[in-house]
Amino acid sequence: MEDMIFYDRLQFAFTITFHYIFPQLTMGLSLIIVYFKWKFLRSQAEKYNDAAKFFMKIFAVNFTMGVITGIPMEFQFGTNWAKFSELTGGIIGQTLAMEGLFSFFLESSFLALFIFGEKLMSQRLHFLTALLVFIGSWASGYFILATNAWMQHPVGYEILDNGKYVLTNFSELFSNPWLLPAFLHNQMASLVTSSFVVASIGAFYLLGKSNIEYGKLFLKTGVIFGFISSLLVAFPTGDWNAKNVAKYQPASFAAMEGIFETEHAGAEIILIGQPNMLEKKLDNKIAVPNILSFLTYQDWNRQIYGMDKFKEEELPDNVPGLYYSYHIMVGLGTIFIGVMSLAILFLWRKKLYEFNPLLWGIMLLAPFTYVANITGWYVAELGRQPYLVYGLLKTSEGISPTVSSGNTLFTLLGFIGLYFLLGVLFLILVGKIIYKGPQPEPQTH
Amino acid sequence: MEIFWYSAISVVLAMFFILDGYDFGAGIIHLFFAKSEEDKVVIAKSAGLFWDSNEVWLVAGGGLLFMAFPTFYASVFSGFYLPLILVLWLIIFRAIGLEFRGHFNYQMWKDIWDTAFGVSSLLLALFFGMALGNVIRGVNLGGVKDGVSLYEGHYFFLPLWDSSFSPLSDTPGIIDWFTLIIGVIAVIVLAIHGANWVILKTNSSINHRLKSIIFNLNIALSVLTIFSLAVWQYINPAALDNFKDLPYLAIFPLLYFGGIIGLFFIKKIKKDIHAFYLSTLLILGGITSSLASLFPVILPSTNSVNESLTIYNTAASEYGLSVAFNWGIVGLILLVIYFIVQKRLMAGKIDDMDYGH
Ligand code: HDD
Ligand code: HEM
Ligand code: HEM
Repeated sequence: MEDMIFYDRLQFAFTITFHYIFPQLTMGLSLIIVYFKWKFLRSQAEKYNDAAKFFMKIFAVNFTMGVITGIPMEFQFGTNWAKFSELTGGIIGQTLAMEGLFSFFLESSFLALFIFGEKLMSQRLHFLTALLVFIGSWASGYFILATNAWMQHPVGYEILDNGKYVLTNFSELFSNPWLLPAFLHNQMASLVTSSFVVASIGAFYLLGKSNIEYGKLFLKTGVIFGFISSLLVAFPTGDWNAKNVAKYQPASFAAMEGIFETEHAGAEIILIGQPNMLEKKLDNKIAVPNILSFLTYQDWNRQIYGMDKFKEEELPDNVPGLYYSYHIMVGLGTIFIGVMSLAILFLWRKKLYEFNPLLWGIMLLAPFTYVANITGWYVAELGRQPYLVYGLLKTSEGISPTVSSGNTLFTLLGFIGLYFLLGVLFLILVGKIIYKGPQPEPQTH
Repeated sequence: MEIFWYSAISVVLAMFFILDGYDFGAGIIHLFFAKSEEDKVVIAKSAGLFWDSNEVWLVAGGGLLFMAFPTFYASVFSGFYLPLILVLWLIIFRAIGLEFRGHFNYQMWKDIWDTAFGVSSLLLALFFGMALGNVIRGVNLGGVKDGVSLYEGHYFFLPLWDSSFSPLSDTPGIIDWFTLIIGVIAVIVLAIHGANWVILKTNSSINHRLKSIIFNLNIALSVLTIFSLAVWQYINPAALDNFKDLPYLAIFPLLYFGGIIGLFFIKKIKKDIHAFYLSTLLILGGITSSLASLFPVILPSTNSVNESLTIYNTAASEYGLSVAFNWGIVGLILLVIYFIVQKRLMAGKIDDMDYGH
């Protein structure tokens, strides 16, 4: 039984982590493509149109990867988490089915129109297709987050005698207080990823002295979007999420902040330290007193519960993982803000394009935006433990009763092998597109 | 409400098999019959341009099934765990084959991805057929042994095969000789469908040969269909009772047989699209007849301890199904519009088209 749960969790974690590499780029990138297309409509300068089409190529590859790794996610609810699906399917099935029915086809049909149809329609309509791709991908994220929000903070349900959860109020699924902050934070975070990717392709061209004109355009656009989104991801949206966790999942909050003991007057904020689960304390700690209380409640002396206030079985089962994930996300977020502010300053002073150390910095940081997004999700998902549906349904009660651990391990190994291949091919393909660079449209009229 | 969702989901999933069916079929044709490089390119393209928009129907159907019949979703997906994960891998593998083939002009690279595309299309068709075979054969719900259920009555687990490979064994697997027959039927049906698609959408040099291939496959299909019906009657004497009780259901098998008969005239048919409609009838008729033979059951139990899964004992709550009706209608209408736009945009032979890839 124990190892059944372990492999089920590992398989879900592995496949969702891999899946989420792709949507986080597409969601943000679709907005930047809309921006390029809009600039083109306003200025009629071809380079904006080339940029939009160039990034749509990268988008398309990521979209395909998102689709083929997303179908296994949908299946796994049934294959690995059958009991969970049976009990709660009447509720989360709503939001998941809406995603499948509304968003995906919106996105894929207008993507096809954008790529194949430019010659068939006016530029205004072409802009509209880009806009609809953007709406489709954000709607997809919205419905998925509504699903997740229900698991984090269940609303609008009733539990029958046979243990089944039935929906009693549809609109509450969407007015869930967990949903809006999580959605906004998540979308800003995916915009951070995409801005860094756009900027770093620009930096790559400038450093490699190829496609210089496009390099400047990408860098500038990426830096402006990156600066705004890095700020928004921390404040107000990150802060807002943290307040929600403190309010609705206090045990997770204590664990992710690394607070072992409740302090009477004001909690300190931990900057560095390693959780020591044997002695229930933080080793090598560096902390600033009272800040956490202020950040969470705007009150320097407000008491915050530490992990000592909760029963063992209510605490997340992987406290160090949760703690590190949270600190990595916030740490990286701070670095992103720092680097993007510097870049904005140089851009304003018109020195950005020649300042190579900063270009290198942006380029090397781009992969870490993925790390920040994924660790952010680990905060959410490890923090939800030991529950599948917070406070109601334990993770151990959600697995498929008939699927043995040997079978799950077999499929997990298969996924690892297949996704490795997929990852290598993906990199080759995107590398090829970037290497080829944007192509100016041959003037036909 | 249950009946509405049952019908809507059946239609969406049937659309998936009709649409993705032709690109699976194109894969099978590609594997066995395409020899020259031009034919390979154009046949791969006749599938490659469409597979992802066709899979929309799978995603939509899967989501709706989860929403409307969660208990069924949970039971079937965990019970058919291994074949479903294999199907996922094949879908991914096939997509890789289609998407990556054209990126490097190097013979070995192309050969690898051609084979990946062809073989995974073939196996997918086989697996989908076997899945249907398993559903109509029924499973040991609750894992009953000596009159006692091992699990809750609506769960089960099937290994890939049982050493006897017999549907009559106490513990049949996914693959037994009955489901294998249905699997082969599915392969033939989709091969015919795919061949019609290739004829319709391409100017490949093997088009005229494909017509005689369809003719021959159709003969094999007729023989196997009759044989499978006899076998089915043998392993489950009550198999066709629904049609006796509700004669109007016979319309569904008529669609199927209409398709078969029509296809015997393949060489006389002037318009390629008409032949394509006939193979569409085969798929539509095949799926709907199977469903109709079970209705309202959706997964029969082979033991007498636990009752079969029906659309009533696996459905979500009445409230859930009714709110979903409101947005579901809008979504389904959008799907249809999407489908029409897509077809308009991609009409005509693909080798005459400038598709900018
Ligand atoms: C570029 C990525 C990125 C960056 C820089 C940040 N986050 Fe974040 N964070 C995410 C990406 C992310 C995420 C992946 O998007 C999550 C996972 C769930 C969600 O909705 O967003 C998330 C979740 C998440 C949660 C957990 C919510 C839960 O338990 O469900 C909290 C409390 C924060 N964030 C707070 C912050 C704060 C205070 C940041 C300050 C800098 C911050 N995040 C930066
Ligand atoms: C928004 C939609 C999401 C939903 C509905 C969802 C749902 C689930 C479910 C059902 C499980 C298995 C049960 C469990 O272990 O609690 C799970 C676990 C997990 N998910 Fe998510 N997930 C979502 C997004 C993500 C993302 C984007 C990531 C990471 C990039 C992620 C990371 C994980 C991890 C690491 C686990 C394993 C946690 C553990 O078992 O300790 N999740 N999630
Ligand atoms: C357990 C969690 C998840 C499941 C079951 C899931 C399911 C799917 C499925 C079936 C697809 C392919 C079809 C489609 O586009 O709708 C997909 C793609 C996509 N998913 Fe996920 N997903 C999960 C997590 C996430 C998360 C956390 C996000 C982001 C918030 C996300 C955003 C997307 C987007 C935007 C696409 C469109 C494809 C693309 O743009 O790359 N998914 N997902």
